Amino acid sequence: MRQLRGRYAAERRFRAFGFIAVALSVAFLAFLLVNMASKGLGGFTRYEASLQINFPQTDLFLDPAQLHGPDAAQTIAGADLSGAISKAATAAYGADAANIFSDAATTVVTNAIVKDPQILTGSTTLWLPVASKIDVAAKGDGEAASEKLVSEFNQKHALRRTFNSDFLEASDATDPSAVGVWGALKGSFLTIIVTILLAFPIGVLAAVYLEEFAAKNRWTDFLEVSINNLAAVPSIIFGLLGLAVFLDFMNLPRSAPLVGGLTLALMTFPVIVIAGRNAIKTVPPSIRDAALGVGASRMQVTFHHVLPLALPGILTGTIIGVARALGETAPLLMIGMRAFVAAPPGGITDPATVLPVQIFLWSDEVDRGFVEKTSAAIIVLLLFMLVMNGLAIYLRNRFERRW
Amino acid sequence: MSLGLALVAILVVAAAAGWLGFARAARLRAASRLHSLPVYHGAYAALWAAIPALLIIAAWAPTQSQLVDRAVLASPEGRALPAEPMQRESILSEANDIASGAIQQGFNPQSSTLAPRIQEENTRFGLIGGAAAILAALVAAGLALRRSAPQFRARTGVERWVMIVLFAASLIAILTTLGILLSLMFESLRFFRLYPLHSFVFGLEWSPQTAIRADQAGSSGAFGSIPLMWGTFFIGAIIAMIVAVPLGLMSAIYLTQYAPARVRSWLKPILEILAGVPTVVYGYFAALTVAPIVRDFGLSLGITSASSESALAAGSVMGIMIIPFVSSMADDSIAAVPQSMRDGSLAMGATTSETIRKVLLPAALPGVMGGVLLAVSRAIGETMIVVMAAGLAANLTLNPFASVTTVTTQIVFLLTGEQEFDSPKTLAAFALGLSLFLITLLLNLIALHIVRRYREQYE
Repeated sequence: MRQLRGRYAAERRFRAFGFIAVALSVAFLAFLLVNMASKGLGGFTRYEASLQINFPQTDLFLDPAQLHGPDAAQTIAGADLSGAISKAATAAYGADAANIFSDAATTVVTNAIVKDPQILTGSTTLWLPVASKIDVAAKGDGEAASEKLVSEFNQKHALRRTFNSDFLEASDATDPSAVGVWGALKGSFLTIIVTILLAFPIGVLAAVYLEEFAAKNRWTDFLEVSINNLAAVPSIIFGLLGLAVFLDFMNLPRSAPLVGGLTLALMTFPVIVIAGRNAIKTVPPSIRDAALGVGASRMQVTFHHVLPLALPGILTGTIIGVARALGETAPLLMIGMRAFVAAPPGGITDPATVLPVQIFLWSDEVDRGFVEKTSAAIIVLLLFMLVMNGLAIYLRNRFERRW
Repeated sequence: MSLGLALVAILVVAAAAGWLGFARAARLRAASRLHSLPVYHGAYAALWAAIPALLIIAAWAPTQSQLVDRAVLASPEGRALPAEPMQRESILSEANDIASGAIQQGFNPQSSTLAPRIQEENTRFGLIGGAAAILAALVAAGLALRRSAPQFRARTGVERWVMIVLFAASLIAILTTLGILLSLMFESLRFFRLYPLHSFVFGLEWSPQTAIRADQAGSSGAFGSIPLMWGTFFIGAIIAMIVAVPLGLMSAIYLTQYAPARVRSWLKPILEILAGVPTVVYGYFAALTVAPIVRDFGLSLGITSASSESALAAGSVMGIMIIPFVSSMADDSIAAVPQSMRDGSLAMGATTSETIRKVLLPAALPGVMGGVLLAVSRAIGETMIVVMAAGLAANLTLNPFASVTTVTTQIVFLLTGEQEFDSPKTLAAFALGLSLFLITLLLNLIALHIVRRYREQYE
């Protein structure tokens, strides 16, 4: 009897271990997500301070009459706006405040002038984004000197918190209060398009060949082993391949989404082949037999019947593979997509960076202002991952047939 | 004429040939019974028009740039270039950029005089290649169209082309494997010409500094890979597996044997999210959050050497990342054990946990082992976590709070600095890459073999 009780206790203990293992894994995930969210949500907002600029006293030498038409912004860019801002800041808040505004403040002033050139003739009050040091202090994590400035501003009600739309619209910059993810997002988008265009058709065709047409012989075994192995080759090796073949041998442009997409396509294509083969395998032989029986050729059987039925499964595998490529960093570092790129790429041969690499670059920065920007960029990346994986799960549940 | 224009022309020719073929077959069909549908007649002509011509373009494009280079260098402007190769290269690449319109003005005045020449040669050779390709398209389309007749087996012809395309697609896998092997071996051989192979494989010291000045002290550079191999093994195969194997295995057991279906349908996707989180996120998490905790923990234990780039921080986060992988491999192997064995054990009066421990796990052990080997192979090839959270100091140590470095960290470090391509430092990265590739290849082959043998045993 006592022995039996002992055995039941062991049973409960074992079960509890299992539960703890799952709970720990889920807890890790929750901790990771909460940690990123708490650090990063601040990156989507920024502090702005109000500043009265008396334009005639700023030595800008801009003539409101010339500031019409499409070239206005360019004309203003030639003027020393940041000098004017720092002059106005000194006049309004004292010498300590000369450098409290972000590089992004010039853009705000430029837009204000373009919108209404007449403000140049008088004095205007604008809300301008503050420099990273002040921003970090206002969010409660800064140095003493900056904290003091912030409390002074707060007493005058000259500081407000707003949504940082620049973070989604701007590109990389040296000033953390002016950075954005748009350039990196566009780079990621172009890279992934190249990857999909190459990896999906080639992967599906190779899967069709191996599953439907390949003869059972040594050569096919060799093909199979090399595909299965490629799916498990470390991603950084593909980066070395890209560096040696695409950059060094074929002289394709460095840091370009074209090369990044090519490299990631080589990495993603075995994943698609394996998913495709599994999906094609689940289509029952009776479908093939029926089609062959009414006189279809093997090619027609495959492309008219088997492939459409296997497509949802193939798409699910493709989305998961592409999502992995989207989050990949190491191979892209190898082919030079880690350069500082301040403008979004215009095409697939322009220098670009991608979101995961951007996160890596920002995580290396010393400036404290980059901590929340890095975490905020991670939130954007995780959202994309969530959408893609959600889409894959939806497709699987909605279209996959059990035969 | 640019090759892009030729490409468009070929597609137009192919479309026209396709339409003509279709129309002719449709007219024939009115009079007699056809072997193939008109669509196949059209596709047959279009494929013959397009594929050979496209192959010509693909072969011509790289040849053209070489021919242009040669012609430009032979021209009077080209002969005026300085003989020194570095300068020559930079002027040439600048001139190429001006010619393609990427930049307006070069840093070197000579490039501006060279640019029109390049444009001219480009046009000339583009015209030759483009004309040849278009001619090929026209001839092939004409020949294909001439064959259309009621008894002509157009479908078989089309299917033969499709078969070739299918085969070519699967060849990409072999080409990629070959490409990896050849490029890594080629660069590694160059490295081993500068640095002896046995010192690389058995050397105990890794300090990849190379001389900036000839008389510099300690500038020889030591490329002994043992400390890197140990660091990689320590983080990926020991620490990460200590975290991942128990948690992954027990998660799989709980989810498949104990959890109610509803709970399982929620928990399994959540675990899969762990596998979907990009590694750069784990790396940031490890470096920013886990590493300080681990260091403080080490200091509180009285380990004064506790580093903020400890092996433990990187390894444990890597272990968390691997959990879903181990879990799904274990899941598959346990599911492959025949139901009769489980039923037999339960019928003898064993409890569920006894059945799992004494029947299911021993039976599933080979599969689980194979899964663990695959997980190890993935862990040692993982890059971003160790780049961000592990150190660069190559230590041979057993202390998990100390900093160690890994093969992947060093590859990234060696290749992302400002280096000329032929220095031993960059070549060493390829030698490390080759070792990594061979080790993971071996692990994968063993693991896949074990898993397959084990599956066959119960099928």
